[in-house]
Amino acid sequence: MIEAILLTIVTASTPLLLAAIGELVVERSGVLNLGVEGMMVMGAVGGFLGMMWTGNPFIGAIVGILFGMALSALFGFLVLSLATNQYATGLALTILGLGLSGLLGEAYVGRSAIRMPALDIPVLTDLPIIGRLVFGQDLIFYVSIALVIGVAWFLFSTKQGLTLRAIGDNHASAHALGIKVIRYRYLAVLFGGGCAGLAGAYLSLVYTPQWAENMTAGRGWIALALVVFASWRPARVLAGAYLFGAVSIGQLHAQALGIAIPSQLLTALPYLATIVVLVIISQNRRLTMINTPASLGKSFVPDR
Amino acid sequence: MMNGPAPETLLSLRGLTKTFGTFKANDSVDLEIRPGEIHALLGENGAGKSTLVKMLYGALQPDAGTIVWRGEEVTVPNPAHARHLGIGMVFQHFSLFEALTVAENIAVALPGDIPLRKIAADLERVSKEYGLPLKANARVYDLSVGERQRIEIVRCLLQQPDLIIMDEPTSVLTPQEVDQLFKVLRQLSSEGKAILYISHKLEEVRALCERATILRHGKRVGDCVPNAETAASIARMMVGADIHEVRPARHDVDRSNPLLSLKGVTMDARDTFGTALKDVSLDLYAGEIAGIAGIAGNGQTELFDVISGERLAGRPEQVMLLGRPIGHADISQRRAMGAVFISEERLGHATVPTLTLSENVILTRYRVNSGLKSGPFLNRGKAKSLLETITATLDVRKSAPDPAAQALSGGNLQKFIIGREVLEDPRVIVVNQPTWGVDAGSAARIRQALIDLAESGAAVLVISQDLDELFEFTDRLAAIAEGRLSEFEPVAKTNRNAIGLKMSGIFAGDEEAAQ
Repeated sequence: MIEAILLTIVTASTPLLLAAIGELVVERSGVLNLGVEGMMVMGAVGGFLGMMWTGNPFIGAIVGILFGMALSALFGFLVLSLATNQYATGLALTILGLGLSGLLGEAYVGRSAIRMPALDIPVLTDLPIIGRLVFGQDLIFYVSIALVIGVAWFLFSTKQGLTLRAIGDNHASAHALGIKVIRYRYLAVLFGGGCAGLAGAYLSLVYTPQWAENMTAGRGWIALALVVFASWRPARVLAGAYLFGAVSIGQLHAQALGIAIPSQLLTALPYLATIVVLVIISQNRRLTMINTPASLGKSFVPDR
Repeated sequence: MMNGPAPETLLSLRGLTKTFGTFKANDSVDLEIRPGEIHALLGENGAGKSTLVKMLYGALQPDAGTIVWRGEEVTVPNPAHARHLGIGMVFQHFSLFEALTVAENIAVALPGDIPLRKIAADLERVSKEYGLPLKANARVYDLSVGERQRIEIVRCLLQQPDLIIMDEPTSVLTPQEVDQLFKVLRQLSSEGKAILYISHKLEEVRALCERATILRHGKRVGDCVPNAETAASIARMMVGADIHEVRPARHDVDRSNPLLSLKGVTMDARDTFGTALKDVSLDLYAGEIAGIAGIAGNGQTELFDVISGERLAGRPEQVMLLGRPIGHADISQRRAMGAVFISEERLGHATVPTLTLSENVILTRYRVNSGLKSGPFLNRGKAKSLLETITATLDVRKSAPDPAAQALSGGNLQKFIIGREVLEDPRVIVVNQPTWGVDAGSAARIRQALIDLAESGAAVLVISQDLDELFEFTDRLAAIAEGRLSEFEPVAKTNRNAIGLKMSGIFAGDEEAAQ
């Protein structure tokens, strides 16, 4: 029973974690992409289509990543090259992604997918409780954990990560130092798109191996809230993703057990928690300053 | 690294031209710098110094003309290439990242991937060597203007350049620090590194620079050997006319009723790297200009905050304005009583950068100037006409009738801010760093406006790091060090050395206590 619950928590948390860690990198570069939900749902349909075409869920996942990246490339072109408003463009991206994915996936609604196989190591996978949890997951789960570690290492231990944080803090200063602001941001946006795409592919290949319209069901928005909740720190994104994942699973089990907590309240919990974190951060100007990428959401046009 | 004899000329600019729209920012400018030379680039704000330097540093591309570096014609497509060539720059408008630490700010500008630990060690070595103390792990957000400038200087030195461009490097340093910096610059010069030194402080240029190139309206109007000239004769070349001489007010001040008093104010630092105020008391009288000298980050911000009402004093009666306790009053209530406050941070504090000037007029004045309201609505016409008055009175130069605050140069923006507050005929005015980074002509105008205000019976308090300025136009002087304020002394009875000592925290009381 406990093992089953923990396993469902992992599958509920992984897509949140993937989308949020990608968006964290985007926001650290000073770009706010509100189109996570759209990129994610494109990833879901892309993953499903790729799997249907090739019969291989791994290739499906790659197609999902590419779909997410394609949508983010469009976003990048609009906000970085044409300096459009990031908020409006991101919202438009979500609407576009939801519509386009519905169109592409229309013929496939209701067909079931080949589920991505899980790892199976003799002895280790058979260990009680932690066996399947740690050694019996699908590849994407391990990728998500590796991404958190990789992003944390990149941001805080490499020159390029430092440069990315500097751009997010003050793009004008970065430009004055000769840093290629737009190029860095394009790469960050594409990375974010790829992560959101993979998160979507996880939904249609692992979580519920089938395609349904709007199957992301607001997870992109939770991922966005999660980045703020984590105050732009990778380790906290990991903790937050599992917290929010656990809450959503707890909600199902609570209903099954007949515990009278209104499900709406639990659904709202991630957003409430995010608001609480924002209030705490905003109490102290120094905390805000040090945690929030200062040029977040601002357009940058080089002065030459 | 250098082969054969050193070239006669390190850098020569020939006919450099840059046009913005129809405005010629640089018009066929020539400049020659020899290895090891300290060369001054002089000119009023808007004379084209920044444009010239940006082209040299690769931040702008010239429309015409050539850059010859070590005998070879080069193009400088970007700042990274400039640094690669051996051209380093200390910026006037800082290019720092507030959320990052000092070491990270340096690492991000250096080529290659150097571990932060090594940067911190280099930083410590260089800051010791040149007397520019810095903490590697401090966040820039928490640092004062002066400390931020030290980062810029150290960051540039760590890049081992052959030519260092310094844009107003001394504006925030104490006399002792300036001497120290000059030692460093002379040492660098003797090592064969050339320095292009941009400054408005003509005495400094005379003391330091071997040659000077003077720009006016984008054109080179002459060369000189600063040592052979007087400050006045150089200023004449820069401005093309005689500079307005500041005329100090000299009349008796009635010291019976202070307009503004602080009584034993003690206050926590604004943040971990700020400085707490310790038992600060002062009295400010009508008709006088009192000055507070101090190195950046010694409690000036906290002092300004507690007077202006951005932070509240412990008890209401610790801050008295016009005889009334206001320690718990908010900033608007203080303004309504006839006090005005001018913060050191021009963009983001004294003005909202993206709002137009007339909107910025409304922001601080709409509660006190009834003309700015008509019923529940704002009277934008009145705001615009006020802006015109300010513009005309303080000679604010702007590119459009009502541009955004951030479109103005530092000097012109400060003239606007001073004009906005001074024209309301305040009873008490408190100014933090009135002329930081402002050109000589504008600075003179700003000081004169404050003098005129004092003569009309207002009490003026000037917090500044510029001792020349304080000695030029204040009546009484004190120093602030580590959050403690010294006694005020009449300017005539003190001197730069005495104030310099107090700025480093040695007060008369301490000596007596020690004996």
